[in-house]
Amino acid sequence: MSANIKKQTSRRDFIKISAQTAAFLAIGFENLANGKGLKVKNLAHEPHIGVEINPYVLINESGKVTLFNARPDMGQGTSQSIPMLIAEELEVRLDQVEIVTSDGSAKFGSQLSGGSSSVSTRYLPMRTVGAAVKEMLIQAAANQWHVPVSACYAKEGRVYQKNKSISLGYGELVASAAKLPVPANPVLKNPADFTQIGKSIPRPEIPSKVNGTAKFGMDVLIPGMLYASIAHAPSIHAKVKSYQGEKAIASPGVKFVLKTERKMPHASTEAVAVLADSYWAALKGKRLLNIEWESPAAEDMNTEKYFNQLKEAGKNPGFEYKESLTGDVNKAFAGANKVIEASYQTPFLAHAPMEPENATVYVQDGKVEVWAPVQGPDSLVTELAAYLGIKKENVKINVTFLGGAFGRKAYYDYVLEAAHLSKQINAPVKVVWTREDDTQQGPFRPGMLSVMKGALDAQGKVQAFEHRLNGASILNQVFQVPLDNAPDPWAEEGINLPDSPYAFPNRRNSFSLVKTKIPILWWRSVYASTNLFGQESFIDELAHQAKKDPLAFRLEMLAGSPRFVGVLKKLAELSNYQQLKAQGKAVGIAIARSFSSICAHAIVVEKQGNGILIKKVYSVIDCGVAINPRNIKAQVQSNITMGLTAAIKNEITVVNGQTQQSNFHDYAVLRQGEIPEIDVFVMSSNEAPGGVGEPGLPPVAPALCNAVFLATGKRVRTLPFDISNIS
Amino acid sequence: MSKYSIKLNGKKHLIDVASDTPLLWVIRDEIGMTGTKFGCGMGLCGACTVLLNGNPIRSCSTPISSIKPEDKLISIEGLSNNTSHPVQLAWIKEQVPQCGYCQSGQILTVASLLESNPNPTDQDIDTALAGNICRCGTYQDMRKAIHTAAKMMKSQSKTKSK
Repeated sequence: MSANIKKQTSRRDFIKISAQTAAFLAIGFENLANGKGLKVKNLAHEPHIGVEINPYVLINESGKVTLFNARPDMGQGTSQSIPMLIAEELEVRLDQVEIVTSDGSAKFGSQLSGGSSSVSTRYLPMRTVGAAVKEMLIQAAANQWHVPVSACYAKEGRVYQKNKSISLGYGELVASAAKLPVPANPVLKNPADFTQIGKSIPRPEIPSKVNGTAKFGMDVLIPGMLYASIAHAPSIHAKVKSYQGEKAIASPGVKFVLKTERKMPHASTEAVAVLADSYWAALKGKRLLNIEWESPAAEDMNTEKYFNQLKEAGKNPGFEYKESLTGDVNKAFAGANKVIEASYQTPFLAHAPMEPENATVYVQDGKVEVWAPVQGPDSLVTELAAYLGIKKENVKINVTFLGGAFGRKAYYDYVLEAAHLSKQINAPVKVVWTREDDTQQGPFRPGMLSVMKGALDAQGKVQAFEHRLNGASILNQVFQVPLDNAPDPWAEEGINLPDSPYAFPNRRNSFSLVKTKIPILWWRSVYASTNLFGQESFIDELAHQAKKDPLAFRLEMLAGSPRFVGVLKKLAELSNYQQLKAQGKAVGIAIARSFSSICAHAIVVEKQGNGILIKKVYSVIDCGVAINPRNIKAQVQSNITMGLTAAIKNEITVVNGQTQQSNFHDYAVLRQGEIPEIDVFVMSSNEAPGGVGEPGLPPVAPALCNAVFLATGKRVRTLPFDISNIS
Repeated sequence: MSKYSIKLNGKKHLIDVASDTPLLWVIRDEIGMTGTKFGCGMGLCGACTVLLNGNPIRSCSTPISSIKPEDKLISIEGLSNNTSHPVQLAWIKEQVPQCGYCQSGQILTVASLLESNPNPTDQDIDTALAGNICRCGTYQDMRKAIHTAAKMMKSQSKTKSK
């Protein structure tokens, strides 16, 4: 394990020392405290002046420390967790520093918030950054005092001489420190000495989110900008055959009516934009457009037809995942005592972040500047440079807070739309999608079908286990990787061997690709959210067939995986599992590892009329080192709520290209009165940190449906389902 | 275009907009206060909630023409000076926001609830917040913070009465 950690440390995090004046968008915070005297920087160009010891740390001579966060914050807390890793080793308190989100520049390396990877990939690199700068500052002080380094230590932004009352602030040391060589192997703190990591320190940006000063993309105001509302094709893919914009252009406030395009990774579609001096004027203008669309692909855009194709595909063995292939399933099934089969279907889903997609873009003189809520400013730089045919150095991204994203804001069609329009009119353009655009246009989580088969021996032990995945591939559609002769390697998440170490003597996972033109993308926990529904529901079915308790059944097959066992045992304790069972309560459990963390839920339901009532959710997560335990609990609660919504509320259906849902009335999400009590336990651990933003979601639907089976005797195999009427 | 006078956060604003312009866009685009959010445009999500004479309304579906000059409008920016309203303090104490986008609407709705009902039951909370969606799922932490805020307000009023 320690070898793994070492591999993550990368020298590329250190770039040549340079003294620079950099202009960045500051969305930082000057004071966490209780909101009193809080100053939050406005969206404006503020030069951050100081000595850049490496790309992530800027210290000026008055001692002000600026830390750069290269993982956009969409609510998961990276604007605290990532700079905290630097601050811990640098020996500064987070409330002493300013935090600034990186701008997509190459010097920051990968800047994507996705795959729950922020802390797990940055844990050592960011600590190393902080430790190296601290060593340089200490060295500079030692040189000045003519004492050995061992006679000095750093604390809260100052270097002290041991046993003496003299000290120097970082600002006094930074100029000489910057001339020193960057230490090749800075010494990291012993975790036992951490003063910030592992503590539930209040998130610094929270005061700005309770007084209206936090700046989201929606709040960007650039002098001279025009607001754009775009009439997208009702069938998603279409060309504009003709349009009449006279009425729109005559409408008060409207400045331009322009044909435009929506560039997605797998297709470009046409659209008509109305640009006005206020958003309301643009929206009203859009309603006055008369557009004739040509939709060549509409007949291929049907979710019902797609799911029928999945059922056909599921009859075939598919391309098998070689790494998880164990024994010989066919032989085992042929000679089995008992074979059971079941299929599980999960729907297309929209992300529905509370902040609809929006972007403000100014293209001028071969340069482009963006102000937008995006998950990966570096990948946006690459995409925009290619789209506009300009150099990457001429693209600058100002990342705002993201009002939710869940994967959606790693797809930059809305930013490219604003760029396309700005280039045409030579002025800054702010594109704001409506909720209807967000709900109907995609990209969506792809609908999937798990075709499961299992064999039990006479003792009720699993002899063979097969999981056939059937559906669309994000790797294929979005990243254009052909999968003609191979399974989608990404799609196996949550059920590959490291994620699902059940000791099956014979096992086979496979994938059958069914292509679709419906735009698809990562949706919180991605394929783990679809795969685990089949996997953990079917494990339950096998347990009942074997007449074994579902918890004991799992523990038996996971005996060789102590972290899984630890999570399940803790869950049993937290939920009083045995007692609930003895009382005849319907408590369903499921466990999943995804994004390098293990999470299990126990969901208690009660029969009510023809349906059920969700009474309580217990949850245990083992995410390795816990950076901010309170925030981890919040993320698990968040995943449970989103997982329940996905299980029992609406799905996205498409008929001849037309998405049938449009807003929160027919694509509903759970509200305050619909949330069961949730009790989350965070395991303490010294293992390498895993993800936190997603792993709580995959076990939700199977734990719920396993409980529904206990309460009603009915097995739910298609999501979403109506909890008030279970058939 | 028509002229309107509205009183937002105790300050009078003279606005010249189309009569069907929703209050949301007047507050955001004309007055330039962006704490009130656009979420759905149909009064379904509550992100645009402001207080009209103390009651929560959906500003995205309230035309400016329906606002009288004497009406008192409060947006999140006007709830308190220095983020000092008990609901805001409770929200910080319980670390409620995640992405934070819906929270202006949640907080104003709760401030209004506690004004008329200082001891809300969980049922009262469910009813009062039924119109406010949080996609991040901060519901349980909000419920906790509401009870915290109610306690804070009680101890404040005790201090005042002494």
